[in-house]
Amino acid sequence: MITLTINGQTHNVEADESTPLLWVLRDKLAMTGTKFGCGIAQCGACTVHINGAAARACVTPVGMVADAKITTIEGLSTDGSHPVQQAWIAHEVPQCGYCQPGMMMAAAALLTQKPNPTDADIDAAITNICRCGTYPRVRAAIHSVAKT
Amino acid sequence: MNFALNRRLFLTASTAVGGGFVLGFSLPASEAEAAAATPEVNAWIVIQPDDTIIVRVAHSEMGQGAFTSLPMMVAEELNADWAKVKPEFIDPTEHVQRGRIWGSTATVGSRGVRTSHEYLRKAGASAREMLVAAAAQQWKVPVSELKAEKSIVTHTPSGRTLSYGKLASAASRMTPPKDVALKAPSEWTIIGTPLKRVEIPAKVMGHAVFAIDVRLPEMLYAAVEHSPAFGGKLKSFDEAAVSKLPGVRAVVPLFGNAVAVVADSYFEASQALAALPIEWDRGPNGKINHANIRAFVNEGLTATDAVMGANEGNVDEVMPGAAKVIEAEYHAPFLSHVPMEPQNGTARVTADLVEIWAPTQNIEATLNLAAKAAGVDIAKVKVHPVMAGGGFGRRGGQLEYVTEAVMLSKQLGKPVQVIWSREEDIRQDYYRPISSAKFKAAFDAAGKPIAWDTRIAGQSILSTANPEALKKGPDLGFLVCFTDNPYDVANRRVDFGMRNTHVPVGYWRSVNHSQNGFFRECFVDEMAQAAGVDPYEFRRKLLAKSPKQLAVLEAVAKAAGWGRSLPAGVHQGIAQVDGYGSFVATVVEASVRPDGHPKVHRVVTAIDCGNVVNPDTVKAQTEGAVAWALSAAFYGEITIKNGGVEQGNYHDYPMVKMAEMPMVETVLVPSGDFWGGVGEPGAPPVTPALLNAMYKATGRRIRSLPIVKDSAPRSAD
Repeated sequence: MITLTINGQTHNVEADESTPLLWVLRDKLAMTGTKFGCGIAQCGACTVHINGAAARACVTPVGMVADAKITTIEGLSTDGSHPVQQAWIAHEVPQCGYCQPGMMMAAAALLTQKPNPTDADIDAAITNICRCGTYPRVRAAIHSVAKT
Repeated sequence: MNFALNRRLFLTASTAVGGGFVLGFSLPASEAEAAAATPEVNAWIVIQPDDTIIVRVAHSEMGQGAFTSLPMMVAEELNADWAKVKPEFIDPTEHVQRGRIWGSTATVGSRGVRTSHEYLRKAGASAREMLVAAAAQQWKVPVSELKAEKSIVTHTPSGRTLSYGKLASAASRMTPPKDVALKAPSEWTIIGTPLKRVEIPAKVMGHAVFAIDVRLPEMLYAAVEHSPAFGGKLKSFDEAAVSKLPGVRAVVPLFGNAVAVVADSYFEASQALAALPIEWDRGPNGKINHANIRAFVNEGLTATDAVMGANEGNVDEVMPGAAKVIEAEYHAPFLSHVPMEPQNGTARVTADLVEIWAPTQNIEATLNLAAKAAGVDIAKVKVHPVMAGGGFGRRGGQLEYVTEAVMLSKQLGKPVQVIWSREEDIRQDYYRPISSAKFKAAFDAAGKPIAWDTRIAGQSILSTANPEALKKGPDLGFLVCFTDNPYDVANRRVDFGMRNTHVPVGYWRSVNHSQNGFFRECFVDEMAQAAGVDPYEFRRKLLAKSPKQLAVLEAVAKAAGWGRSLPAGVHQGIAQVDGYGSFVATVVEASVRPDGHPKVHRVVTAIDCGNVVNPDTVKAQTEGAVAWALSAAFYGEITIKNGGVEQGNYHDYPMVKMAEMPMVETVLVPSGDFWGGVGEPGAPPVTPALLNAMYKATGRRIRSLPIVKDSAPRSAD
């Protein structure tokens, strides 16, 4: 039994400590906003926050985050009011939308660290893959949050 | 900021938060009952007493905007209040039972708008007339005294009004008009406006339900591995080695060429699959390597069995007397789709019903495959519509994951979710075909091109998608961009040395335009250079009789500032390719790093898709096409070893990410007299425009993709 703190709530899950957090979220807790894209930390579709920092849940053993504060897309806000979500809507960022939870989690972590990121900061921090090619709108949306 | 959740999406979303059983965009019970009680005004339109207008959508939504753009066309002619329009996917079983009343469900070929604009607008216009007729009957006034606006019918002389919701039931009993007049574009108030895509809030909340997100009681998960060589067979596997591993429920051979491990969670299934000893018979293609394939395809460039695609004038007569002749060979690799949502399917097979959830570009194909796999009539199949996490041509018809999910659920008696790993996705794809081009162009003493000879060699998509069609004749679709070549050269010929390999091929966003656009537009640059003319001016001259192509070319040159002063090392390249019923031209501004890799600074695209339904969607699709093209141009290559694909994930099949993404500008120049597609046509000109810019930077032509594999010495000037 592992006890996890996710989006401010405590969850007890039966899982081997080596199980990636991604699969505990998706398969044990039915929190499916965090996506599977590659399984090898390449695409970032599974990005969550571990103690506020962006992390790739597909390679994060759940045993390592038992004492951490975990935030998923479902916890970014309960009503879509997070500035990143609002900016994503205003800029019509998503196309297929599958990568966007991870993209938004990466953006939210960046903006917490650097409230006014430069293009170079965005290039360095947003290493998620979007196959639809929404990158220009992701960049514009991040800059728009910085301005507010 | 305006943030309003679509009510129905929100209901769906709320259920998801509680970990409930969310079934895509299906109606909550109360609304479903209301809908059942409310008759259709026609097959596309159901108007509920509360004025909610349900507009049916027959195409898939995979980010291209069909769920918004198609209802916009209905709503335009219906004179609906857009705020009250609720798009809803059709039920494919009902679709087939009603004689395919909603038209084609195939969401391919950038066809959503361009094939349905007429029947969707007519459905809206017809329903509007029926609503008006119902009001006329109720008020006993002539139709000519009525107007319908924003979901309300008004009797102009008296000022009386009735909402569509109040009229819908009576309207549904009216005889549909035989013929309806459609509005002139100048009368449009919905078409042509940048309306917000309706499903975006759910996607931003993380609540949009993709098939991979479906959670059912007692659901099991399956990981599957297919023969690593195409045409190989499953020889044996050692079930005992994994059957005691945590969570494992079953190990199931599939089709003789695959094996699935079913477990309580996907992670357990995939761990056990990785540990499962499997022996493969790599089959008749097991010794084929990439060099064999490349040599086989290239042999098609000189083969005598080529079939003629187009032959104008007399190339052979003109060539020998030409003042100047240039020749070049180009090569394009196999490419994989890799949509972000891996291939997956969830099935719940019971004695009475087969339920299926799967990403698809053709919901009727999903239905048929599920029925076939279960061995039941389609009447016993329920396809739950879901958003697709990308498609790009991968999910048009080859939906093995549907078959696998149904077979496993049937066998295990429980709901099963099959997920292909990214490795399976990349190794079991239907690839953009490998191909080559050999060009020869001749010029007169004044530098005018007088003859242009093209040989294309490569693998026809029909060799996989429809081999029967090839028996009836050659696949001349493989010669697109050449058989319809708009450049005015008096003597032109193109023929095709078809070389079909054992590798399965398919429709990859922008299909044959993707390689042929690259071949043609790079060679046109070579022709311009040989003629000693600026590549933009050279194209302008040869497009004088092709006004649509010329217009986008001139528009992009103007928008980009063709020939403008740029920082040292940054150069412009230009290209234009029409396709999918639209016309596109692109300018790329790029520099070349000392290691030979490009840095793309800016991409400007001009697109004429005729009529624009949703300008923001057209822009989004065109922006996306730039990333699509650049990933392939920079890195994209699928290679074959021992009969199977060598690459397996994003580390060895990389994508362009944020840091490599240029500034993108899209200029819409709609000429208004036709309806073109927008999902694909943005991509083809990007690669040649980039390579043409790189040529200016280095003085060396790259004629073989991807750029990263281009091994000849380079220099940055």
